Amino acid sequence: MEWINIIVQGILVGGLYALFATGLSLIFGVMRLVNIAHGDLIIAAAYLAYTVIQLTGLHPLASLVVVLPLSALFGYGLQLAVLNRTLDKGILPPLLVTFGLSIIIQNFLLETFSADSRRLNAGAIEISSFSLMPGLDIGYVPLLTFACAVAVVWGLQYLFYHSPMGRSFRAVSDDPEVSQLMGLNNRTVYAAAMALSMVVVAIAGVLLAIRSNFDPFMGPGRLIFGFEAVIIGGLGNLWGTLAGGVILGVAQAVGAQIDPGWQLLAGHIVFLLILAVRPQGLFPKGVA
Amino acid sequence: MNRFHVTRATGLSRFALALSVLLVVVLAAAPWWGSTATLRLIGEMMIYLALASLWNLLAGYTGLVSVGQQAYVGFGGYMLFTIALYLGWNPLVAIPLAGLAAALVSIPVAKLVFRLNGAYFAIGTWVVAEVFRLGFAQMSSLGGGSGSSLPVAIMRDMASSKAMRESLIYWAALALGAGSVAFVYLLLRSRIGLALTAIRDNETASSSLGIAIPRIKLAVYVCVAAATAMVGALIFLQKLRIAPDAAFSVNDWTVLVIFMVVIGGIGTIEGPIIGTILFFVLREFLADLGSVYLMILGALAIAVMMLSPQGIWGLIAGRRGLSLFPVGYRVETRGEKP
Amino acid sequence: MSEPLLTVERLNAFYGDAQALFDVDLTLARGELLALIGANGAGKSTLLKCLTGLVKNRTGTIRFKGEDLIPVPAFEITARGIALVPEGRRLFPSLSVEENLLLGGKVARPGAWSLEAIYDLFPILKEKRKSPSTLLSGGQQQMVAIGRGLMSNPDILLLDELSLGLAPVVIKDIYDLLPKIAGNGLSVILVEQDVSRALGVADRFMCMLEGKVKLEGRPDAFGREEITNAYFGT
Repeated sequence: MEWINIIVQGILVGGLYALFATGLSLIFGVMRLVNIAHGDLIIAAAYLAYTVIQLTGLHPLASLVVVLPLSALFGYGLQLAVLNRTLDKGILPPLLVTFGLSIIIQNFLLETFSADSRRLNAGAIEISSFSLMPGLDIGYVPLLTFACAVAVVWGLQYLFYHSPMGRSFRAVSDDPEVSQLMGLNNRTVYAAAMALSMVVVAIAGVLLAIRSNFDPFMGPGRLIFGFEAVIIGGLGNLWGTLAGGVILGVAQAVGAQIDPGWQLLAGHIVFLLILAVRPQGLFPKGVA
Repeated sequence: MNRFHVTRATGLSRFALALSVLLVVVLAAAPWWGSTATLRLIGEMMIYLALASLWNLLAGYTGLVSVGQQAYVGFGGYMLFTIALYLGWNPLVAIPLAGLAAALVSIPVAKLVFRLNGAYFAIGTWVVAEVFRLGFAQMSSLGGGSGSSLPVAIMRDMASSKAMRESLIYWAALALGAGSVAFVYLLLRSRIGLALTAIRDNETASSSLGIAIPRIKLAVYVCVAAATAMVGALIFLQKLRIAPDAAFSVNDWTVLVIFMVVIGGIGTIEGPIIGTILFFVLREFLADLGSVYLMILGALAIAVMMLSPQGIWGLIAGRRGLSLFPVGYRVETRGEKP
Repeated sequence: MSEPLLTVERLNAFYGDAQALFDVDLTLARGELLALIGANGAGKSTLLKCLTGLVKNRTGTIRFKGEDLIPVPAFEITARGIALVPEGRRLFPSLSVEENLLLGGKVARPGAWSLEAIYDLFPILKEKRKSPSTLLSGGQQQMVAIGRGLMSNPDILLLDELSLGLAPVVIKDIYDLLPKIAGNGLSVILVEQDVSRALGVADRFMCMLEGKVKLEGRPDAFGREEITNAYFGT
């Protein structure tokens, strides 16, 4: 029974990891950009929510009303002003520019909010849970997180394959030259993709901040979790990414049960094992 | 009448080479003319010069953009502590052994991370460094998460006087710093360097020309891992103390190094040298700013990448093709000057 | 006589330091079918890419309906009324047949072409409208590419290497449909390796060699030998 509980909790945490991953995956899919600052943007969104709550007294979930559009706007602007200029110039510029961005965000957060860890107070929902069976309690927040992950993956999947916007994303990704002759301005398409990625980032950031403490230097760790979920699940498959997040979450939960020092290590080892045995991921594009 | 000839050396490059040799001689004599603080500063610069040159070889010339080189810095440090603590050997002997151990470890690591393409490779190397950090934190024989220290007795074995120990460590740093630059320079002038240039210009074409790209990349990765571990061993010999968080710090051993190379000029021999010097100069003036200093470095690196991807050296050398340490060939016309 | 629909004057184009077009002049009247012939590397595709803004490193003037197109970015060219059917089709592999067509009509100018009209022209595409464009035969892919170009209801359709890599019977089918495609006053520039077929349908032709225009005029105004000499530069 204890193990069932551990695995179920791991699955629920996996939802959060999938949320870290989908934004990363989306950007890579549309413009082959790996955003090293992705994790730091998640943490920055958490701090943005923290600030909004301080100013307005809104509930953390309600703060999304402000945080989501601001994040999207920031992503749109960041892409137009900075990231677009690094594309088409080989692998180094986008990588190093987002790397620099990551350091800037971390230290900006440190300067502004100090190194103390914070948490968003969501009230009673934080600690309430229901009992699925004896010994297996499901917390509302982990459940909500997982539900959000499923909803986000489903929504992105739908948007990608059944909307004109998704059609533009795929066309620009397929052939950025001919796409222009369809009247698509690649730069604004990229900016839209980054804005959308930032929406997912904001959701992930707020849910993370309700679940656990956060500090300015947590970003790289979230980037790594997201990245591992993407690779485990297989590039270009959003449902695979969700599965990847779940596998990572379960691995960490099982590792932590064996020895607290093994929580992160177990996740990394599962990732490396999958990379060794099945480098294309468990569910590569085209299978699912 | 042969009016063209192919050459590498220019008047400037011969001068630069002579000047470099002279500089190394002068620096080697530093224990006789410098204070302890000077030795420490130059030693630290040499350590960063080595890390920067090695990372530049990896990312700038071989296209392997690693953000996980701290794995080898920390690994080298831990190997030195293991050899000194458990075998009781002289720490100076432990430095090359640490490099050898890292070379062996880096081969299976490369087999794994090379499966990731381009930018995902970068994050993959980071995961490996995290695994190293968490793994060494689990080793209670090396102090686990809180780390361990080198006993004074071991340091006495190395040299009896404190001044002599300082000098030995300094010379080791100088050897690694100057040696790394020389290693990169000579490697790039070799056939491997020619192959690397071909790969950088066009990977598909060079592969069809029969250049064994995976083998060359693997060889460079392993060499850089070994040299980085030697630098790491020296760093923690100097610090006398090692703990996982400091040993595998991404900020200290990778972030700063990347900024130095990018600002100085990635993909050039001169870039890491300029970047290292500039970094230490800036640190003198701005280190008090703490985190703002890092934000400035980050912004500078972004600006360089967007405006002059070849860095400060690229701006200096410009289109004139100026080169202090030429690794390519140039065609010159004899007789009339163009 | 009214001003031509498209007038190109002294067009020069560059790839890096290499010059690909030298002082090319070209005019195209409304409803005209101009065949562009020449050996590989003559600059035909480059000329089409200049017209659509995909090659940006160019000098000269491209006057289209009274407007200079040089400063117009590639993504606004379709809205102006020029559509390209690129060499090698270049369909979007992750889009279905219908999605490819719909994207071609993203910039919807008024006109007779619509999804239904394209399906009437190429009934096979209606059957395959849900399938990924990569699963189609070469001829079917070319139909999608043509349809995608027509969906924006252009004034000028640029057809780059219409028959390249297609089976003879498929080429014949497509050429049989060409009058239907080029009807309604649509102007066409047809780049074609199959010289005799191109000259058979063209109102006028232009023969290029090494980035320069060597010969131009009505197909029946020149002898076979004269055209061959211009083609090979002999």
